[in-house]
Amino acid sequence: MSDEHAGPGGAENDVDEGRRRFLGAAAVSALVLAPGVSLIRYAEGDERSTAGASSKTRWGLLIDTTKCKPSCTACVTACSSYNGWKNEGRPTDPQWIRKVQVTDPSTGFSRSVPVMCQHCANAPCVEVCPTGASFRRADGIVLVDRHICIGCRYCMMACPYKARSFVSENLTNQKPWAPRGKGTVEGCTLCVPRIDAGKIPACVEACRREGGRAMTFGNLKDPASAISRALAEYPSAQLRADLMLDTGVHYQGL
Amino acid sequence: MRAIHYREIDGRSVGFWGLAALLAAFMAAGVTAAYFMAHIGHIITGMTNQVVWGMPHVFAVFLIVAASGALNTASIASVFGRVAYRPLARLSGLLAIALLIGGLAIVVLDLGRADHLGVALTHFNFRSIFAWNIFLYTGFVAVTGWYLWVMMERRLNRYTRMVGTVAFLWRLILTTGTGSIFGFLIARQPYDEAIMAPLFVMMSFSFGLAIFILVLMAAFKGARRPLGDDTLMRLKNLLGVFAAGVLYFLLAFHITKLYEAAFRGAEAFLLWDGGIYTFLFWFGAVFLGGMLPMLLFWLPQTRRSRAAAGWGSASVVVGGLALMYDIIIGGQAWPLSIFPGMKVSSSFYDGVVNSYSPSLPECALALGGCALALFIILFALKLLPFLPESLADEGVVESDMGSAKPKAAAGAA
Repeated sequence: MSDEHAGPGGAENDVDEGRRRFLGAAAVSALVLAPGVSLIRYAEGDERSTAGASSKTRWGLLIDTTKCKPSCTACVTACSSYNGWKNEGRPTDPQWIRKVQVTDPSTGFSRSVPVMCQHCANAPCVEVCPTGASFRRADGIVLVDRHICIGCRYCMMACPYKARSFVSENLTNQKPWAPRGKGTVEGCTLCVPRIDAGKIPACVEACRREGGRAMTFGNLKDPASAISRALAEYPSAQLRADLMLDTGVHYQGL
Repeated sequence: MRAIHYREIDGRSVGFWGLAALLAAFMAAGVTAAYFMAHIGHIITGMTNQVVWGMPHVFAVFLIVAASGALNTASIASVFGRVAYRPLARLSGLLAIALLIGGLAIVVLDLGRADHLGVALTHFNFRSIFAWNIFLYTGFVAVTGWYLWVMMERRLNRYTRMVGTVAFLWRLILTTGTGSIFGFLIARQPYDEAIMAPLFVMMSFSFGLAIFILVLMAAFKGARRPLGDDTLMRLKNLLGVFAAGVLYFLLAFHITKLYEAAFRGAEAFLLWDGGIYTFLFWFGAVFLGGMLPMLLFWLPQTRRSRAAAGWGSASVVVGGLALMYDIIIGGQAWPLSIFPGMKVSSSFYDGVVNSYSPSLPECALALGGCALALFIILFALKLLPFLPESLADEGVVESDMGSAKPKAAAGAA
């Protein structure tokens, strides 16, 4: 519109045309090139390796709460010890696994339930992670890639099980097999280094050794595995099954 | 209609440099806080594994939402052809960009690994609404910059309506995306509603226009330029409608929640016995954010008062921050329902209302982002002709939606 002017008397007429063209060209170039560069990178695909993991396997846990004693914390201690996290009772402390005392208010019936990452097939943490740092291996284990975690904590907002913790301070003496770092999010890895080495998770081993033998670990896709046979034989439940997340952790006796 | 002359503000007064220094001090405090948060860790904030988003997010989301709404005036002029809003369109675009940059600065500096920002800009999970928002936010700055360019470059004025329409649609999508960050959170009972997206759109209209009115009044007063009653009254009347709109969406949101038995515990907490959150909802969001401004704007005793327009706008801003605190912090204070219907307890605060006390560093970061937005506005007004020389009543068209000049109005602002 001709009635708009940059200043009194239309001073904008004096502006150098060449400078305008240059600025215009620069702006257009930036707008065109920036998304292009990003798209090329995106097209190159996800280069993270999940070598060793096979989609023929889906690792899972079955926890029989009838065998889990409220006083026993063997699984928690073993996880903490193996992975190097410490709970000193502060609200900022990480807890990769915890014992939740669950009581039915109408009957008073109470049981102790270990809760950790449920390794969902439709994991909300994976869906919401902006960078893809939260990811699911081919064998169903949900992990955090610390190299591309930006510490936004959206996964913690999204997880229905409160299974993730944020590292709020500097750490020392981390375990070489359990990388942890200030400013990133972490949670149960199902002891993935042990699994890849052919062992069972530390919590399951401790439960067998010191606890009530309440935990069964195995391949949910193998009908002959102990976990699959137990699931086929006895009633079980997933936590918040209404959310249809298809968890890898199942419970009996809830 | 009289020609609109835009001119930079002088920016040589003690007041200008005093304000610049004050804002710089807040920005410095914010950067210092971010440095310590990065160096020592979030342990120095009030955020925990229970309340993972805190005061920085309250202010960041508020600014981002307000940024979208700050573009109201320009959109009304360009897209809907209301000539009376045309002189305000440039300032509207400037505020939109500045508020968004302020909000994004807070979000980025609060990241646990702000040094991984390059990762966030090169690795995308397109199932994440957060990832989409990265494009929506940076795109908004680009589109609004483009919009300002065609508004300020006389040769390109004819594209104003087209670019203005793109910016208008973009900001609607942007605020839908921001509301969806919370609406998509199926895990948390206080969220998990699709209506959060339109609620956030309406919040953006209200908060953005309130900030626009306050900046407009302050800028014209500081620059000693005339700001007519007609312009101000028109804007505050519109703000009253937007504030009422926010109340309507809040009503619809909570009634929907209350209808579902599973959500009633969380609703009772937020609306009835949640302490600070209940207070912030009723006194902050409902009274300060909606009822008081509407009374100030429309009661016969105050409806022509400029001071009432200013106080009403300030009330919307304070009420908006209260609502954002209520949504973001209150929503996390309510415990997750992992075992519906059961009583639970654990060492990880299962089953208890989570406490949160914002610390000085996170407040400094939050205020630093606000200061950055205002700093950008202040110096942009000094460097480029965003502000009309006069908005005195005689220069403003009284009735502009009639059939007299719809074509002249279209694409002009």
